[in-house]
Amino acid sequence: MLSIKNLTASINGTPVLNGIDLEIRAGETHAIMGPNGSGKSTLGKVLAGHPAYEVTGGEVLFEGQNLFEMEADARARAGIFMGFQHPIEVPGVSNASFLRLAYNKKAEAEGRDELDPLEFDDFIHEKIKVVAMKEEFLDRSLNEGFSGGEKKRNEILQMAVLEPRLAILDELDSGLDIDALRVLGDAVNKLQRADRALLIITHFPRILEIIQPQFVHVLSGGRILKSAGKELALELEERGYDWVLEEAAAGGAR
Amino acid sequence: MNSTLNVVTSQEYKYGFVTNIEADSVAAGLNEDVIRFISAKKGEPEWLLEFRLKAYRHWLTLAEPDWAKVNYPRPDFQKIVYYSAPKQKTPKYASMDEVDPELLRTFEKLGVPINEQASLAGVAVDVVFDSVSVTTTYKEKLATVGIIFCSFSEAVREHPDLIKKYLGSVVPAADNFYAALNSAVFTDGSFVFIPKGVTCPMDLSTYFRINNKESGQFERTLIVAEEGASVSYLEGCTAPQFDTNQLHAAVVELVALDHASIKYSTVQNWYAGDKNGVGGIFNFVTKRGLCKGKGSHISWTQVETGSAITWKYPSCILLGDDSIGEFYSVALTNHKQQADTGTKMVHIGRNTKSTIVSKGISAGDSSNSYRGLVKIQPKAEGARNFSQCDSMLIGHTCSASTFPYLEVQNRSAKVEHEATTSKIGEEQLFYFQQRGIPTEEAISMIINGFCKDVFRELPMEFAVEATKLLSLKLEGSVG
Repeated sequence: MLSIKNLTASINGTPVLNGIDLEIRAGETHAIMGPNGSGKSTLGKVLAGHPAYEVTGGEVLFEGQNLFEMEADARARAGIFMGFQHPIEVPGVSNASFLRLAYNKKAEAEGRDELDPLEFDDFIHEKIKVVAMKEEFLDRSLNEGFSGGEKKRNEILQMAVLEPRLAILDELDSGLDIDALRVLGDAVNKLQRADRALLIITHFPRILEIIQPQFVHVLSGGRILKSAGKELALELEERGYDWVLEEAAAGGAR
Repeated sequence: MNSTLNVVTSQEYKYGFVTNIEADSVAAGLNEDVIRFISAKKGEPEWLLEFRLKAYRHWLTLAEPDWAKVNYPRPDFQKIVYYSAPKQKTPKYASMDEVDPELLRTFEKLGVPINEQASLAGVAVDVVFDSVSVTTTYKEKLATVGIIFCSFSEAVREHPDLIKKYLGSVVPAADNFYAALNSAVFTDGSFVFIPKGVTCPMDLSTYFRINNKESGQFERTLIVAEEGASVSYLEGCTAPQFDTNQLHAAVVELVALDHASIKYSTVQNWYAGDKNGVGGIFNFVTKRGLCKGKGSHISWTQVETGSAITWKYPSCILLGDDSIGEFYSVALTNHKQQADTGTKMVHIGRNTKSTIVSKGISAGDSSNSYRGLVKIQPKAEGARNFSQCDSMLIGHTCSASTFPYLEVQNRSAKVEHEATTSKIGEEQLFYFQQRGIPTEEAISMIINGFCKDVFRELPMEFAVEATKLLSLKLEGSVG
């Protein structure tokens, strides 16, 4: 589904990704872990097409298409979704109308029927149950005055509405208490299918107890230092990141 | 949807064409003879000529104001043509058949419904072309409930007592430089009179068109709502694209008696000049409403998108006890446009209330200032004001300023002022894009959200058009 080969990228001339290789197949869940400043979030943003980053080398194919030939909005309509670590607030734009526009843009791209406000109302009322969101949040301005947890809930609601092929969730667990994390984690699990994939970006392993990955990658200095199965997450929880970095340094010296 | 204002807003600047029509104009320049000429052309009574001359003599003693945050070459008042009218045989069109077909085609092209049958939305329109009113629709129908809606010139002839009573009663001839100039040379405009207890059954609207390259437009609007009357009035304007500047200096006066209500909405889309700031209208306008009676209510809503320079402060004098003044404004500037706009709320009566909601959007190299005065006079017991002034910046080379002035002379008054500045930035647009929404639509949605508190004061379909207009004006400003 997603094939990343020797990807390098920079921001304002400073290299931040230094040769990433990663293969994600349909049905898989991958976790990207690493210390702060390792380039985890950057990888997500580069894949989603954030304009601040410049791709300086390598290749990314999504469903066989060259990702870098698509604008960020086209990537989204093609099925790439990013759950933001810090969703922005947009005063005056109602959450419901934003969700409907996003839904209809994707429906239009896929040749499905767009939903009018009444149809969307029925549709969205089913969806909010999945993330246990209160109805009033639909009428409020997009993320405005939402708590950190409510913003994350709203991100997963958007994911449920758009049903992406590949969802990149950046630090979903930050700002969430354990109960909210369980609700959202379960919602994400329910959305996972054989033809979809997940890329979970996280600093802490606890989210991976709920959304269980088959593959865990440790990123540092813009490179993947270690890849293994989900047991790696447990090991990181016990031992922290330093040993991976040391191991990699030793390996590099060898 | 066929209202005048939708027409003003619905497209990119496609109103830049000139109508080739034989005009009856006076030579450029201003002196007492020109004023006598205008007055004679209009067949005005002696008192009105005196009003004009007095204003002119006072104007000569005034200096052009320079406190606004705008820079422009001062107009040469001797190079302006003060009277220009489409040539016609009789001083007044008896029927539409007498109107020059070229002129009719102009308004057809602008989409202004000057033919009642074609006007689906049922908005009555007064159409002003350079110095004269061309036609007013639905006049007879409105007359059946006692409403007077006609050109200002006609009102002077047909209803001289009302004009004499109210002209200059809100904006005195000596009020300010441009108001004095207007009082001396105003040519036409609209007059609205809603008698006691009558609710105007349809929206009234005036469509202003500047055509002549050298002419200024100096129109005069006077709206009077008697006890318990109410009216909603819309104003739209366009002008051809010239590489020189044209001066527009209007005066609008509103009078609301006991429990009367006047809602005045404007979509201003005068030619703004090109990307380099060449050409465009200088829009120096004095608009003021007098809440004369108890419980009266005046509400200004403006969407300012055009003009090279805007200098405009629609205001309310809250004289009657329990009267209410409101000002809702969206001012958008792009390229080299400069706007200094806001309001004045003068609380004189007891328990008077005012609300100010101002949304400034600046893009390109433009400058956008909010300037507002809230004045609570000593007897305005229990007066309340709430002001919200928000600025949005698009890009790095524009500027936004807020100049709030507060003068509170009564201890029981409650005055609140809130201001915010935000920026449409990369992060916001990326968020929308990441949800599959293209940039242009994202900007439109963000701007619409930003302006929501103002747009909801506009007539419904008009708000939709206003949103489109803003998006068009901002095309290519981001990214």
